[in-house]
Amino acid sequence: MSFRRISAMFLRHTYLYRHSFTRLIEIVYWPLLDLLLWGFVSVYITKLSAQGESAPNFLGIFLGALILWDILFRSQQGISVSFLEEVWARNFLNLFVSPLTISEYLVSLMLVSLFKVVVVFLVSSLLAWLLYSFNLFIIGLYLLPFMINLIILGWSIGLLTTAFIFRFGQQAEVLAWGIAILFQPVSAVFYPVSVLPKFLQLIASYVPASYVFEGMRAVIFGQSFPVAYLLKSFGLNLIYLILVLIFFFHMFRVVKVKGLLAHMGE
Amino acid sequence: MWPENLPVLEVNRLSKSFNSFQAVQEVSFELYPGEILGLLGPNGAGKTTIIHMLLGLTLPTSGEIKILGLNPEKSRQREKILSRMNFSSTYVAMPYSLKVKESLMVFARLYGVKKPRQKIESLIEQFDLKESANKAIRTLSSGQLTRLNLAKAFINDPEILLLDEPTASLDPDIADRTRTYLMEIKKTKNMAILYTSHNMKEMEAISDRLLFLHHGEIIARGTPLEVVSRFSGENLEDVFLKIARKVEP
Repeated sequence: MSFRRISAMFLRHTYLYRHSFTRLIEIVYWPLLDLLLWGFVSVYITKLSAQGESAPNFLGIFLGALILWDILFRSQQGISVSFLEEVWARNFLNLFVSPLTISEYLVSLMLVSLFKVVVVFLVSSLLAWLLYSFNLFIIGLYLLPFMINLIILGWSIGLLTTAFIFRFGQQAEVLAWGIAILFQPVSAVFYPVSVLPKFLQLIASYVPASYVFEGMRAVIFGQSFPVAYLLKSFGLNLIYLILVLIFFFHMFRVVKVKGLLAHMGE
Repeated sequence: MWPENLPVLEVNRLSKSFNSFQAVQEVSFELYPGEILGLLGPNGAGKTTIIHMLLGLTLPTSGEIKILGLNPEKSRQREKILSRMNFSSTYVAMPYSLKVKESLMVFARLYGVKKPRQKIESLIEQFDLKESANKAIRTLSSGQLTRLNLAKAFINDPEILLLDEPTASLDPDIADRTRTYLMEIKKTKNMAILYTSHNMKEMEAISDRLLFLHHGEIIARGTPLEVVSRFSGENLEDVFLKIARKVEP
């Protein structure tokens, strides 16, 4: 065993932190988000027990939320990771010197994302039913608008990530894995928005997913279907998608002016 | 079919700067059908930037590009141009998880090739890819990869072909076959080829005309013989070394 060689390898990996802001951020990012998420879940459960309420359908709340959250996550990954596949394969130039337009490319990414979402949703629903006898379809037809909203939000996040990777290269790759998770604590996936502190409640009111998960819980608890929530979610999603598309096309032009497109994946 | 006496590619006072760095300065040239135009110069001379601007990957700071009489900056015209043009570079890879045939099928669809299966079979034959046709791209040798890149570049029977160091990783046998094939195809199909290479013998052998770039400017143009004699060199390699080491003609 040579300490010199071991230290060389230690240096090789720690040098990366000197040059990469994203790696430095990661040290704080993941623990903080985990802490926030599980902290609020604990607050929610503690509140329920303190109020002496009878235990709600935790299985429905958590499994339903998890499956629906996965729709948002897979939808975003369907865009970001499919894009990254071309970057990793250094195939980008071949695509953009063909007659393929950027709009056609985006539509193809959305289709890939949709395909992944449908497959993952069917598999996870089936597994939830087989392993825990949980039937997500108790939500009924309401499931469809919930899913559409989550898919659109996933696309917006995916396109935003992709725009950053276009502009800042593989340094921004970490966003593809981590940015959707940033929305999780304020999406009130596993607990109601009321559990959050006031300032986070305000942020949650601008996150379309928070309305979807509130709606899901209402349906599972047998309350009436919150149409207003659904409309708010659709409205916000539409605004975000338009803004993200404008940003994406702007970034694409900036990248061409700076000559960065030609270096994608190098 | 494009008229033989008109240039398929016209570049007029093309410039590109990246902040204060002037990568390409007022470059003008034409490329005619059935011609191989060699673009050469030391690293950083601006060859790749010019190719990227022709492909629309990088936007010019100023100047004009016309390809097949169309303006590539207009998106509809760009699509028309790119369906009649192709590109291959040693430095660009292919989707490594796909098989050779699958990858060619993707590009055949992107370029709207009629009878794609037939076209793919003939390219596989032409570029000696029979053995690797059903292999994943990640398992190919660098020579096979270069041949696959070239096969992709011919998938739409382009009228204009941009080749960035296409023989850089080929063994001498395959490199020679590739050059012979390119010279044949430019004659039979009247194809216009813009070619870069650091192999000076290859440039001398294959190019009808040369553009010598240095610090983003064209410092010499003409047939290989004319360029060599202008710099009083023994051959193109001698000229290249003189220019790279800043000896004026």
